[in-house]
Amino acid sequence: MTTATALAPELTAGLCDRLLYYLELMREIENRIELKLYRQGKILGGCYTGRGQEAIPVGSAILAQKDDWLCPTHRDMGAYLVRGMEPRRIFAQYLGRAAGPTRGRDGNMHMGDLGLHLVPIISSIGASVPVAGGIALALKYRGLPNVVFSYFGDGATSRGDWHEGVNFAAVQKLPVVYLCNNNQYAYSTPLDKQMAVENVADRAAAGYGISAEIIDGNDVLAVYQATCRAVAHARAGRGPYLIECKTFRMTGHSAHDAADYVPRLMFEEWSRKDPILMLQKHMVERGWATEVDFKKLHARILAEVDEAVEWAESSPLPDPASLLDGVYDSAGD
Amino acid sequence: MTPPGTSTLTTYLEAIRQGLWEEMERDESVFILGEDVGVYGGAFKVTAGLLERFGEQRVVDTPLSEAAIVAAGIGAAFTGLRPIVEMQFADFISCAYDQIVNFAAKSRYRWGVAVPMVIRGPSGGGIHGGPFHSQNPEMPFVHTPGLKVVCPATAYDAKGLLKASIRDNDPVLFFEHKLLYRRIKEDLPSADYVVPLGKAAIRRQGGDISVITYGAMVWVALEAAETLAADGIELEVLDLRTLLPLDEEAVLETVRKTSKVILLHEDTQTGGLAGELAARISEKAFDYLDGPIVRITAPDTPVPYSPPLEEAFLPRASDVVEKARELYRY
Repeated sequence: MTTATALAPELTAGLCDRLLYYLELMREIENRIELKLYRQGKILGGCYTGRGQEAIPVGSAILAQKDDWLCPTHRDMGAYLVRGMEPRRIFAQYLGRAAGPTRGRDGNMHMGDLGLHLVPIISSIGASVPVAGGIALALKYRGLPNVVFSYFGDGATSRGDWHEGVNFAAVQKLPVVYLCNNNQYAYSTPLDKQMAVENVADRAAAGYGISAEIIDGNDVLAVYQATCRAVAHARAGRGPYLIECKTFRMTGHSAHDAADYVPRLMFEEWSRKDPILMLQKHMVERGWATEVDFKKLHARILAEVDEAVEWAESSPLPDPASLLDGVYDSAGD
Repeated sequence: MTPPGTSTLTTYLEAIRQGLWEEMERDESVFILGEDVGVYGGAFKVTAGLLERFGEQRVVDTPLSEAAIVAAGIGAAFTGLRPIVEMQFADFISCAYDQIVNFAAKSRYRWGVAVPMVIRGPSGGGIHGGPFHSQNPEMPFVHTPGLKVVCPATAYDAKGLLKASIRDNDPVLFFEHKLLYRRIKEDLPSADYVVPLGKAAIRRQGGDISVITYGAMVWVALEAAETLAADGIELEVLDLRTLLPLDEEAVLETVRKTSKVILLHEDTQTGGLAGELAARISEKAFDYLDGPIVRITAPDTPVPYSPPLEEAFLPRASDVVEKARELYRY
């Protein structure tokens, strides 16, 4: 199997350590949000997680360079963490605190940070896809070698915005890496009621003439390797590239949703393909880590998350007097 | 200001083209994207010659995708560029509604990031364009905090307001009235100038009745004013120029001056700007009123195609004359 290593980027123990850290951190933050703070009534409104899909944002965003841009979805917390958004700010966002990235103006995963080149979603699914094209157009305009990571789910690919955005980027040969988390359900709607083709990749490749591939979205190393190929393609000026990550949403659409419409067998089947367990197995097989190491890491992450929650809960709520601020550029008045 | 039909230098359309050209010369972050804007020079030729001067990087011919065009503008604006997005007809802006009201308008408030983008295009009727090439789609956007909405009535304003819109740090919707494109001309200053957003202009001084209006209806009001002046009734014509932000003080000032007010617009009546103006006048200048607030607008129908139907649809100078006489006698 010497050819495999020659074709693929090197998957080192150090890389696996980093990937595992972010997978676990995302899982723990979202567990805390959905299974604790939401149930305690401290988080109001919608509450979406990417449980079971962590490999997609983590395995891809880890390849983003400083001046690349990312447009994640509500199931891509890992992309925020890899970019360096502190967990305390994320909790502050969920808790509606002034210290959150939107200062209480928006909730949950609707967060962005210009300095980190993280663009917040809006609730109209897929609307970020053509916006990602605009960012890529600007990068090309300035002659920069950077790329945009555009994330979406299977449901988004039924939106006109998705089709317009992918076509626009294809025609303009823009440096966009599309990462589809095909988790098989859009809220309660299964794939066969979403599209009449088998794969999202078919929509992109046949419909718009862009390169596409299908991978196991629960295998973080597969995500990493496919993203390497996609980024190289986009940076080389060969246009957009789509990676369809087959995965499964190990939760309801939102915290209020028990997902009774999903056959229980599917949860059982996909729990065996948990991305964290898959990566741990790989690391043990290579002799890169032991159960003891995993326990230590988990304890470290628990402590980190505890500290972040505590900080966010004690941080102030926004001042109602700030309600009117920032609708327009005050400097321009 | 030069009345329609007078032959001098610069048309309303050419003024807009000059504004685009000069801003692109001035600032390399300004670029244009839209359908048929490059090689063809735009459906109305507003962008003619720009491709040859600035190249295809800065004058981008796009697929037929209004949502993606606006979205591309938003994405580019996030990075600090200043895109000017053309809607081939303002009617088609509805295809991009979500991107405008949910992505662009809310960006600054949500995460503090500016969207310095202009969305411009031809609106309005009077050319027998029918239901999909004649609309005045300004009001959904006037109702959206975070946007600015501009409706120039003169060539001078078209250029000066466009330049101000391009330099503005918030998303601006710039509705050009297509009836005015080649019908009005005036002598423009050769030096650089802007017309600030949010400032109305009195187009005609008068002491009897205020007509508050915008866009092509400014000319209808002025025509009516000439007729009425012969009878000794003096209209004051206030051109709002910018609908959002609204120059409320200019509105209240003219009402306080004349005590009688006609609100005139080409847009349909229900949910039109006149309703909002009437509410503000009632709230803030009620004691000054000596008569009912009068609205003259298009009726609540789609814009019809056939000439007699469209003529019946559009407010006319004779409508203003008739209503003004009634109000004068009140």
